[in-house]
Amino acid sequence: MTSAVSFQKVSRHFGSVRAVDAVDLDIAPGEFFAMLGPSGSGKTTCLRLIAGFEQPTAGSISIFGERAEGVPPYRRNVNTVFQDYALFPHLNVLDNVAYGLMVKGVGKAERHKAAEEALSLVRLPGYGARRPGQLSGGQRQRVALARALVNQPKVLLLDEPLGALDLKLRENMQEELKSLQKALGITFVFVTHDQGEALSMADRVAVFNDGRIMQIGTPEDIYQRPRTRFVADFVGSSNVLPPDFVQRYSGQHRWGSLRPESIRVGRAASGEGVAARLVSTNYLGATTRLALDADGLKLHAVVPAGTVLPAEGEAVMLTFNREHLHLMDEPA
Amino acid sequence: MRSDRGQSAPLGLKIAAACGLLFLHLPILLIFVYAFTTEEKSFVWPPPGLTTQWFAVTWNRPDVWEALSLSVRVAAISTALALVLGTLCAAAVSRTKFFGRETISLLVILPIALPGIITGIALRSAFSLADIPFSFWTIVLGHATFCVVVVYNNAVARFRRTSGSMIEASMDLGADGFQTFRHVVLPNIATALLAGGMLAFALSFDEVIVTTFTAGQQQTVPIWMLEELIRPRQRPVTNVVAMVVVLVTLLPILFAYYLTRDGDQIAGSGK
Repeated sequence: MTSAVSFQKVSRHFGSVRAVDAVDLDIAPGEFFAMLGPSGSGKTTCLRLIAGFEQPTAGSISIFGERAEGVPPYRRNVNTVFQDYALFPHLNVLDNVAYGLMVKGVGKAERHKAAEEALSLVRLPGYGARRPGQLSGGQRQRVALARALVNQPKVLLLDEPLGALDLKLRENMQEELKSLQKALGITFVFVTHDQGEALSMADRVAVFNDGRIMQIGTPEDIYQRPRTRFVADFVGSSNVLPPDFVQRYSGQHRWGSLRPESIRVGRAASGEGVAARLVSTNYLGATTRLALDADGLKLHAVVPAGTVLPAEGEAVMLTFNREHLHLMDEPA
Repeated sequence: MRSDRGQSAPLGLKIAAACGLLFLHLPILLIFVYAFTTEEKSFVWPPPGLTTQWFAVTWNRPDVWEALSLSVRVAAISTALALVLGTLCAAAVSRTKFFGRETISLLVILPIALPGIITGIALRSAFSLADIPFSFWTIVLGHATFCVVVVYNNAVARFRRTSGSMIEASMDLGADGFQTFRHVVLPNIATALLAGGMLAFALSFDEVIVTTFTAGQQQTVPIWMLEELIRPRQRPVTNVVAMVVVLVTLLPILFAYYLTRDGDQIAGSGK
């Protein structure tokens, strides 16, 4: 099957800065694909390469089998939802949504009908006459989504679309985007620096760092089986364990990772385990996050709310199931 | 400015402000009054009598019409030239980063900072060096030097306030460069351009110094007025023309002021 988007050894260098460095990538049609990474990791540049705002310095990009180099943004069957929404302030909502059809020469009645439908799709029916300036952030985001979807793109690119929304709205939009993508069957490529967002929405996640992809996999893969220290630390702040520590429990001299929720905290001198000191506790609502110090090694544990905990500063004994200790590919 | 909303300003300050305003505007009022005087050789106060005959006299003077027509044509063409060049330059400076950008920005603004007499002399010697005879077009070129600045300044300010991703969004939605300019860029900078164009028109219309150096035998309105003051014949005609000039230049400037004031709110609302 042809990939929706395919990168072969794609690089984009700005002078001496390697924003994207020899990236290989295959996104399947109909997939919800997330690009996750800290700012400056190259994920947005990758998105702009797909949209056509940037041209690769080296390598080749194809979209549904067609070579994309040299094809300007307006000839690609790809649409973008911008981080700042980029709505046109001089047009009302309906004309904003109908813009793509207008420049294609679709008649007024027909394009306004299609725009109305797109607005209903994002649950903003009847908002057509308003100006973008009269809408809230969440509503503008929906308009930007409708404006992109009305063109029936083969790939929809979303550049941190939820970044400017407050928590409650963000959670709602996550669910809506997910169900919208399922209903439409369009390939979504989603850029975010929020690992929770990537894990909860995407079919597959690519973790970026320094212009390279560290790991591509399902959210479970990325979360449970990080391949490098960076992925372990960035995705869900896993405990990164040095080779010497790992050797004691697995016999292999490799870097390892242990999820905070896999650590059990017990009273000192209660049998086998890692002796540690409880440094601090952070109440997070459903869970409590503990900072621990095991003979200089800083660890985090997450326990359910209501667990009886020793006082801060007291000695504790840490235990964990050895199956949960994950060995990483990265050489020691 | 209204730090003490409840209290009124001290009397001394009020008088000083009134005197300042009178000093600025009383002479202009005098010019208007003299347009109605019955004394035609010299300006005497108070006017010996009032008449509206000078309006009819002015209407029938062909030299007034010639000067007016020349001034309007020069101002219109310099403004049109400035609109194209100023907008292009502003777009380049605000959209992209390139070597020497700040220098170009400074060089564009320089003609308005330089005394007009320098610009005038420089243009005159350049024209004679290149063997270009003085004509309508040399006046237009002279005026365009400072008209470009006005348009550029207005356009640059607006470009800086409009979000760059709007252009990308337009391209992303299938619009090519021309369609993007027509449907997105132009509507967003239109009021700024209109304001800049009107200011440029007004500046060109009453320009004297650069014009004296770049005009041949033609007379623009301001030059015609200078000549009239030397020859004392039907003097109030000058005052009638002065009133027209005030109207022609003041109205566009007022309009431009209101346009840019509203434009600020429009340009900011999209963010």
